[in-house]
Amino acid sequence: MSQKLTDATIPTIPVKARFSRWFGRNLLRIYMIFGFSYLFIPVAYTFAFSFNDSGKSNLIWKGFTLRNWQNPCGAPEVCSALGNSIKIGLLATTFSTILGTMIAFAIGRYAFKGRSSSNLLIFLPMATPEVVLGASLLSLFLVFKINPGFWPTVIAHVMFCISFVVVTVKARIASLDPRLEQAAMDLYANELETFRRVTLPLVAPGIAGAALLAFSLSFDDFIITNFNSGTLTTFPKFVYVAAARGIPAQANVIGSSMFFLALAIVIAGQLVNRKKTR
Amino acid sequence: MTFPKVRVPYLLLFPGFAFLFTFFILPIVNLAQTSTQTPVKGGDTGQYEQKFAFGNYITAFTENREQFARSFIFASFATVLALAIAYPLAYAIAFKAGKFKNILLVLVVAPFFTSFLLRTIAWKQILGEEGFVVPGLRSLHIIGQQTTLTSTSIAVVAGMTYNFLPFMTLPLYASLERIDPRTIEAAGDLYANGITAFRRVTVPLSMPGVVAGTLLTFIPAAGDYVNAAILGSPNTKMIGNVIESRYFKIVDYPTAAALSFTLMAAILILVTLYIRKTGTEELV
Repeated sequence: MSQKLTDATIPTIPVKARFSRWFGRNLLRIYMIFGFSYLFIPVAYTFAFSFNDSGKSNLIWKGFTLRNWQNPCGAPEVCSALGNSIKIGLLATTFSTILGTMIAFAIGRYAFKGRSSSNLLIFLPMATPEVVLGASLLSLFLVFKINPGFWPTVIAHVMFCISFVVVTVKARIASLDPRLEQAAMDLYANELETFRRVTLPLVAPGIAGAALLAFSLSFDDFIITNFNSGTLTTFPKFVYVAAARGIPAQANVIGSSMFFLALAIVIAGQLVNRKKTR
Repeated sequence: MTFPKVRVPYLLLFPGFAFLFTFFILPIVNLAQTSTQTPVKGGDTGQYEQKFAFGNYITAFTENREQFARSFIFASFATVLALAIAYPLAYAIAFKAGKFKNILLVLVVAPFFTSFLLRTIAWKQILGEEGFVVPGLRSLHIIGQQTTLTSTSIAVVAGMTYNFLPFMTLPLYASLERIDPRTIEAAGDLYANGITAFRRVTVPLSMPGVVAGTLLTFIPAAGDYVNAAILGSPNTKMIGNVIESRYFKIVDYPTAAALSFTLMAAILILVTLYIRKTGTEELV
């Protein structure tokens, strides 16, 4: 029936009106195409220039080569910087996820005196600009005659990651159905068992998401790291310093690999989730 | 468990809060002290003593008024632009994407797994003389033959908009996704047309996301110095650039501390006013 109706109506509508109707219907779709192109142009650019036969400065396209991908550590210092970033990221992720998850359970699960000031203490580091966080922590280290370097950087990263972990895990805890835990208790599970076999598995995806977020925040951080790392080079620091005299294409190889790796992890996580819910 | 139940939340909070107290609160207090120090007479560079010189604040502010103003103007523009770009995107993913919802959400975040410095430098190349944008616009006569895009305020704002976009998109998506579609249908049943339903139902219900997103974009943008350093020129310096160079190049800790404190205070005042005005208490 609808087929007949459209066949009869379409020819009578002038082209211009038809176009504007089509445009109105697909406005969001068109917008999304533009939005996603905007998001991906610099990523595509970085990826394309990882194949550039550039020599030292990777500013102008000179020809296609696979050499950068075959030898990602070819540029001086790039892989030691990457190694530092990964080490710092893993340590910061571990500590901030543990501390943050504990806080999230306290705030999300219990009514206690000082709950709203606890929320404030979690919000404050997120409301403080990174320059201020970096500069103030460095000043403290200098007062105690601690030289900036590896561990001060780890401490700095744990500090700014905690809040993001708390917010992420807390959101997951808030979305839990309390009846599931009540059901476990009805089935004679004690508190600890209920927590271990019901609550924790349900909150686990939130914790995993928080850990992934913490790692990417730590791995990508430049401003706070720059203040607290001293002579230690991390990957973002390497890129920033190299930018002045031209970044080697190997940095593009590493940046692109991180992109594909993270994408693979997230998609794998989604697939595991889907299987479980089935 | 052996301990009384009342203590459980405090025991859970203790390690994390001890950490935050030592490495967040204490440094801020220490920064407040540093901000009123003055150089030691006849001492080396970088030696300061406590003099409660509150005049530091006045000098620091008056010397850098321009950079302060620029930081807040740039950050405001970037926040508004990011909201304009992210709202329709988040809306489309939340309501129109169907089974592609999760994939699209991953795609929104995906670009941010490539180092943000690499992406900012990529923008510099794209908008630069060798990129495709400037020659293209020139041959279409949209911009003059002499006009450049890099080293301008526009480039800095564009870079900030791009870099902080996920901080806007994710909270927006989270609050839009929580809206029960039946509330929008109900508006339709009550003879609201699409636009009215959107304006009177969808937008108010998404306000927590708007507030969280604008804050998470505005705050880092106001303190940022990387975009201005890579995409800007000496004429587009922001307060972050000043703090950074006072710290590392001039070793003028008191001024850097006074500037940091002023920036933080200004942001906190703005945030408080904003939250009051929009009436969203449940932020975090």
